[in-house]
Amino acid sequence: MSKVQIMTGNSAAAAAVMLCDVQVVAAYPITPQSQLAEMMSQYIESGELKAEYVRVEGEHTALTVCISASTVGARVFTATSANGLLYMHEQLHWAAGARLPIVMCCVNRGVGAPWTIFNDQQDSLAQRDTGWIQLYCRNNQEIHDTILQAYRIAESVYVPVMVCYDGFVLSHTMMPVDIPEQEGVREYLPPYKPHTILTPDDPRCLNPVLFPNRRADSEGVLRDGYMEMRYKLEAALEKALGAITEASDTFAKRFGRDHGGLVWGYRTEDAELHLVAMGSLASEATLAADALRARGIRAGVTGIRAFRPFPKAAVRKALQGAKAAVVFEKSISYGNEGALCTEIKGALFGTGIEPAVYNYIAGLGGRDVKARELEAAAGESWDDLSAGRREKNTTWLNCVTE
Amino acid sequence: MPENLFKINSKEYILPGSRACQGCGLSLFYRYALKALRENTIVTLPACCLCVLQGLYPSTPVMVPALNNSFASTAASASGLVAGLRALNKADTTVVAIAGDGATFDMGIQALSGAAERGTDFIYVCYDNEGYMNTGTQRSSATPMGALTTTTPILTKQQPKKDFLKIMEAHNIAYIATASPSYPLDLYDKFVKAKKIRGTRYIHIHVPCPPGWVYPPKDTVKMGRLAVETGLFPLFEIENGKFRFTGRSKTQAERGNRLPVINYLEKQGRFRKMDAEQLSQFQSMVDAKWDEYLRKTEG
Repeated sequence: MSKVQIMTGNSAAAAAVMLCDVQVVAAYPITPQSQLAEMMSQYIESGELKAEYVRVEGEHTALTVCISASTVGARVFTATSANGLLYMHEQLHWAAGARLPIVMCCVNRGVGAPWTIFNDQQDSLAQRDTGWIQLYCRNNQEIHDTILQAYRIAESVYVPVMVCYDGFVLSHTMMPVDIPEQEGVREYLPPYKPHTILTPDDPRCLNPVLFPNRRADSEGVLRDGYMEMRYKLEAALEKALGAITEASDTFAKRFGRDHGGLVWGYRTEDAELHLVAMGSLASEATLAADALRARGIRAGVTGIRAFRPFPKAAVRKALQGAKAAVVFEKSISYGNEGALCTEIKGALFGTGIEPAVYNYIAGLGGRDVKARELEAAAGESWDDLSAGRREKNTTWLNCVTE
Repeated sequence: MPENLFKINSKEYILPGSRACQGCGLSLFYRYALKALRENTIVTLPACCLCVLQGLYPSTPVMVPALNNSFASTAASASGLVAGLRALNKADTTVVAIAGDGATFDMGIQALSGAAERGTDFIYVCYDNEGYMNTGTQRSSATPMGALTTTTPILTKQQPKKDFLKIMEAHNIAYIATASPSYPLDLYDKFVKAKKIRGTRYIHIHVPCPPGWVYPPKDTVKMGRLAVETGLFPLFEIENGKFRFTGRSKTQAERGNRLPVINYLEKQGRFRKMDAEQLSQFQSMVDAKWDEYLRKTEG
């Protein structure tokens, strides 16, 4: 029997990592991830989880330890936040480039300078182009379940997965979480089978210098050049769209919970106005949609769960009946607009599905975002659309900009 | 020593035709080190000359498994290999991290210090060619004072070399040794010994570099010998905190017959700008360091 416990997002994550039979954990503490690093130490030192814990001297090393341990065939886990994630940046490329199925929690936090310890999603969004799968969670149950799914996804396409959840908003907030039984998880998640293993039994030189062009090996067989290797990573991310959906659907069948695979919808069947967001912000937006409906506006929420690979087809399908899409996001691609907004526009361009797209930057550095503020912003966008104003500059929600 | 000249492992782990430069001291050291370490070994390495020697995909001349990683992460990578192998019950495999002076003295010092502080069970090897030779001879913190490099092209390097062995000594690790490819038996013995010891072992190899140091490739062995015979690079080991000279340096310490460093410096184009005052300053530094080691031996 599964059991329901009241727990924080970090506890829900730790409980999931426990169930995944992880063999090596390496982490460096950073707020708001620290509790997760501490709980993993607790589980491993107490013997509840039979794994190696490497107490590293920094995040660059944390991910490097995971990379090497994964290379010899171990299932690994790490977690970080904000500047810790930025410090890992180089190794994020190494993990994805080497096609290692590492799972990492990013407990989302704003990045310095100036310092903040509070939540936004600038940290993970800034790692958009490192070749990692990025999944965003809206509540603690989803954090727990997404980690179980993440290993299944990572190990089916050999691409690392970042499970992102909002710092403090979720990491330190208690909610009921249903923890499945170990046996069921083992059936859902079979042991890690590496595609290439570093072993003296079959010596290989991994990640060597590559030529740009294809090149014959000693047996005359043409092997990849650097560009073919890069293409294969991209192809794997495309394939991951299916893997994410499969992991989610199979999970739903087995455990009875469906968080949506790539995107999820709330009251979207007849919605003309879509609030679009990721993570806890999308959860908050459901309240705003209800309020808008009470005012007679047919509103719904399109929640984006997979940001990489970006689910273009699913977004098109979700927004095909929409007149307006109001994109709320907790990060910005400086000098342009919110990255999610750009992605939404890009997915829709030239498809004939062309709602007016409005962009709001919200909640940076932990600024509180209330459902009624989302409601007001979406309502304002609806008025703009009615007045024929389809093009508008990005708005900074609840921020003094004069 | 359990193995010696007559028992040295005859198996080769580097096939002919590597991509190292002619006269490369690294290839000589690597050949003997692998003979001593034998089959059950995994090597991890950063961006460095070894990464070039190791070959270009899809071929490699090296018969041991090797993992390439980023510049700052050699010891971190070893930590991951050790943890992974332990988790998989393969802890009998020797993990060896091999990096140049750039990835050791400079960018990789944090990861190495972290791994050493944790007492990670691995051998770390710094092959010190005294500059960023893989990128074309730029200054590193291992470059000696008075050397010309492409980033100290006119005034020469003004600061003395970082005393990295002292830094490693401060970590109180299981085993520290210096070695030179010009004295392969001493080097071989030290690797055989290091393989048997548990905990963090650090071996510092002085690796002559013909293009970087500007001397003819045929003189590599000679250059390494001069470094030892002048006392500039003494051969020693520190086991359980106890210092002792080994090989050629041991006999020199007993007989007091060191050559003047000018014999070493004058044979390398990189030192051609040194004047008489700098030469005497250099000799004083070498003397002071040698005396420090002598006192350690006596103590």
